[in-house]
Amino acid sequence: MARAKRYALPAGLILLAFLFPVIDPLIDAVLGKSLLFSAIVIAIYVMLALGLNIVVGFAGLLDLGFVAFYALGAYVAGWFASGHFKQLSFSFLSAAPSETVSGNAVPGIHLSFWIILVLAGAFTALCGVVIGFPTLRLRGDYLAIVTLGFGEIIPRFFQNGDDLGGFNLSNGTVGIKPIDSPGFPFLPDSLPAWQQFGTLDLHPWYYTILVLVLITVYVNIRLRDSKLGRAWVSVREDETAAAAMGINPVTTKLWAYALGATFGGIAGAFYGSFVSSIFPTSFSFNVSILILCMVVLGGMGNIYGVILGAIALQGLNFYLLPQINTWVHQIGNAVGSATLAGADIPKYNFFIFGVILVLMMLLRPEGIIPNRQRQEELHEGDDDQSATAEPANA
Amino acid sequence: MTTGEATKTRSGALLDSVKSASWQSWLAFALIAILLIALLIQAAANPGQFVSQLLIGITNGAIIALIALGYTLVYGIIELINFAHGDNFMIGSFVGLTLLAGLGMFSPITGDSGVLLKIVGVLMALVVAMVVCGFINVAIERIAYKPLRRSPRLAVLITAIGMSFILQNVGLVWKGPAQVPFPELISSANIFASNSIIFRWKDLFVIAATVPLLLGLSYFIKNTKQGKAMRAVAQDKEAAAMVGINVNRTISITFLLGGILAGASGVMFGLFNGITVFNIGFTQGLYAFTAAVLGGIGNLSGAVLGGFLIGVIGSMADQYIGVRWTSIVIFGVLVLVLVFRPKGLLGDRSATQGGGQ
Repeated sequence: MARAKRYALPAGLILLAFLFPVIDPLIDAVLGKSLLFSAIVIAIYVMLALGLNIVVGFAGLLDLGFVAFYALGAYVAGWFASGHFKQLSFSFLSAAPSETVSGNAVPGIHLSFWIILVLAGAFTALCGVVIGFPTLRLRGDYLAIVTLGFGEIIPRFFQNGDDLGGFNLSNGTVGIKPIDSPGFPFLPDSLPAWQQFGTLDLHPWYYTILVLVLITVYVNIRLRDSKLGRAWVSVREDETAAAAMGINPVTTKLWAYALGATFGGIAGAFYGSFVSSIFPTSFSFNVSILILCMVVLGGMGNIYGVILGAIALQGLNFYLLPQINTWVHQIGNAVGSATLAGADIPKYNFFIFGVILVLMMLLRPEGIIPNRQRQEELHEGDDDQSATAEPANA
Repeated sequence: MTTGEATKTRSGALLDSVKSASWQSWLAFALIAILLIALLIQAAANPGQFVSQLLIGITNGAIIALIALGYTLVYGIIELINFAHGDNFMIGSFVGLTLLAGLGMFSPITGDSGVLLKIVGVLMALVVAMVVCGFINVAIERIAYKPLRRSPRLAVLITAIGMSFILQNVGLVWKGPAQVPFPELISSANIFASNSIIFRWKDLFVIAATVPLLLGLSYFIKNTKQGKAMRAVAQDKEAAAMVGINVNRTISITFLLGGILAGASGVMFGLFNGITVFNIGFTQGLYAFTAAVLGGIGNLSGAVLGGFLIGVIGSMADQYIGVRWTSIVIFGVLVLVLVFRPKGLLGDRSATQGGGQ
């Protein structure tokens, strides 16, 4: 019985997520707009937030450059599933046609999307190790700055990467497009939407990202409860003590960094295929902060919390801010104030995210749905304060 | 012990450190040497251009050094990377701009106004920006950082990032998303008659404004009672409290000093570059933090040295590598310094020194 109770909530939520496309037409009928597109974007961010949660929540390392891995993943999709490398012509299991209408081979590398997901994960994990290995010896706040540095360097590198000694790696600010759609080319012709995912029918996209998110959640849970997960907790709480107990702090942190990067990269590859065009400007520092904000708001280290944080903040971006914008405009029109009537509220969304970060840290650092252990750690100082205050008063 | 012996031991220690240098430092040394030689070859090819770039670098470096001092002061005393500091610098430049161009007190000061009016205007802008930024910094510390002094460092860092975004959006609401022009108050004409070396009145202004600020700060830290208290709190907060130093007030004063310097450099940046924009604080702040780390965080002379070095590295990268690579070069310096020499060039003076936790 207890077992059934324990699994009832997650099972219900998963069922709801799978049934969402069925409910969506109803929502469309009531609200006048379909939520499927935003649900896909939200799911991408859920995956990113879960990836960052491994680094920030489990291992307690502040990573301010998570967007670097997102960008790297997206560019892996750009490199291996588009006509970007014109000098080559190579197709492998790709849903995109391998020959042009006139029968010539299509220029560029075209790998199957499913291979690219694995490739992107592996590549970003490798980058995570390369970046992390020299930097993880540093103290926490220096690590934050180094990751911030990498988060700035990588998109700027892609921005300037159209002429690296004559080699066009990233096509500069123009970006890489179009990126091939994913698909299952071996399926019968009766399922055209699944053969090659299109822009008209978003269902295949939704189910793909949903499965990816569920895999991420599963891996997160298994990691949290593993030996490695316990090592992360101990390194987070007291590195010296952990090292004395035979845990290698550098390898432990490196695992967190690489695993977090993997999910960032996979999410990036999916994003690249989904929007079918990638630009270096999509990967600014703001994205890193948005993802961090999701993790902090939901609750560092708590998987449900992080998912909730991602849904809440993207929901804020997609629905609440435009809604507030309309209200402000109506008020502005009613009062006759031109500034209010013409205000562009969604532009200031990062003000709200800044306020969320500050208020959460001041009032409820453990997040909306806290991780029990993390909560204790974050409130450790409070007891300290009362403990030192008492003898002072006496 | 005579001074002669002291120098001897010091040079002996230097020799020992050279002998015991790891392969990494040899590699770094070789790399820096190659870069310097390449630079010298370029300099020999066109000395005028090189010297002009060097001077521009020093001027930019002066502005960066002033911001870097704010980071290093705060880090030295509470071990916090004050992410909001760069954005406070941006607010400083906006305050200056509003006073010079937007206020109805007197007609906007422009390039055509009289010299006296210009001097009064610039001085007023500097002073007001310094005061405003100083108080903003103190307020941020009181509201956002003080309640978290005993929390894990992660929490305070996240708060600092949040404050940074709040300030940035204040700037966005204030002046909009586009670059805003600063009035051309200081002549861009070259001081030297010949055009082979370019050193403009603007550059002179920045240097002339920076030097007294640096001297003033140095005097304050070294010679006043409050400065002594700051050094004591930086070394050991509890011991300082035990000998009767008001730790909270000392921390506030540190933030005040940092804010004052940020305000001054904000106005100087605007007058020097002729523009400002709401997100300028992010890049400039990161450059300045790089400078602080390069010199050794918590170390005031280190921050100044680092500031000038970063300024020169930036201007050399502008000239010889390409403007679009400059920020990558500087962030690269940041990463390399943190990885290979986290205590910086002149040594880390914060309470928890070096790389480890």
